Amino acid sequence: MDASSSAFIAAGFGGAGVTFAAAYGISRLASVAMQSIARQPEAAGEIRGAMIITAAMIEGVALLSAAICILLSFK
Amino acid sequence: MMSPDVEHEAEGGVDFILHHILEQPVIELPTVLGINLTITNHVIMMWIASILLILVFGLSFRKQRMVPKGLANALESLVAYLRDDIIVPNLGRDGRIFAPYLLTAFFFILLNNLLGLVPFGATATGNISVTASLAGLTFITVQVAGIRKHGLGGYFRHFIPSGLPWFIIPIMIPVEVMGMFTKHFALAVRLFANMIAGHITILALMSIIFLFKNWLITPFPLAIILFSSLLEVLIALIQAYVFTILSAVFIGASLAEEH
Repeated sequence: MDASSSAFIAAGFGGAGVTFAAAYGISRLASVAMQSIARQPEAAGEIRGAMIITAAMIEGVALLSAAICILLSFK
Repeated sequence: MMSPDVEHEAEGGVDFILHHILEQPVIELPTVLGINLTITNHVIMMWIASILLILVFGLSFRKQRMVPKGLANALESLVAYLRDDIIVPNLGRDGRIFAPYLLTAFFFILLNNLLGLVPFGATATGNISVTASLAGLTFITVQVAGIRKHGLGGYFRHFIPSGLPWFIIPIMIPVEVMGMFTKHFALAVRLFANMIAGHITILALMSIIFLFKNWLITPFPLAIILFSSLLEVLIALIQAYVFTILSAVFIGASLAEEH
């Protein structure tokens, strides 16, 4: 197995792992956010703001490794 | 987003995607002092965004009224929302001196993100150099704000959080320095990767249509492409907002008083 094909396989597995991790992290964040909005509807604005920022940071890390996987697939 | 050229399909899958992601030179210029001065389509997009911003904001605020009408009203409500929900909570009332930079960053990034979605447009923020420069500006602002407020000695004392035993300090200082650089690096990569990922998805889905060599397959990828494009509009707004609010948080963190 030469380097190019193992790079493709690694990119595929890496992408799958990244997607799973990002989706799991953001779904946990969203579920807690919705529970707290249901508990205190008047704090919904602040919770929504904090949720969006944290989701963007998690997604930033996920897209960073997605960019690495894309770089791998070009090798 | 791109001109429908069928001969692109003959280039092969990856080249088709790369051709629409990487910047294409428009006017070739020489390399002066190691800086390549070629005008690329990303440069032209940034110029268009800057000129649009100057025109829209300049013309709609030409007559300064107490209660603005029309487009100025909409823009002023957006600016007031940004100021009251991002700048003042993170930087305090006298942090409004940073408002010009943060608001410019927000509108510039927003306009560049959205220009990538119109036909014949390219995403300038999909270029790592552009996002790295924007994150570098935030980095410089953070350092200058910290040094101006606390002085050079106080700025270095920020690297040592208070109340630590003495033997942890040699480990904490490199960690804090690295954390400082990582935060801004992540700022650049987050914006770049979010913009690029949407475009690569859409281009890859378009390649499916060319792969089948049969126009009857078109509605199915087209539905997904439409949904992805709408998602991209949302992502463009969210990423501009997140860049601005994270810059405000970083500047506020460097201005914070140590107890």
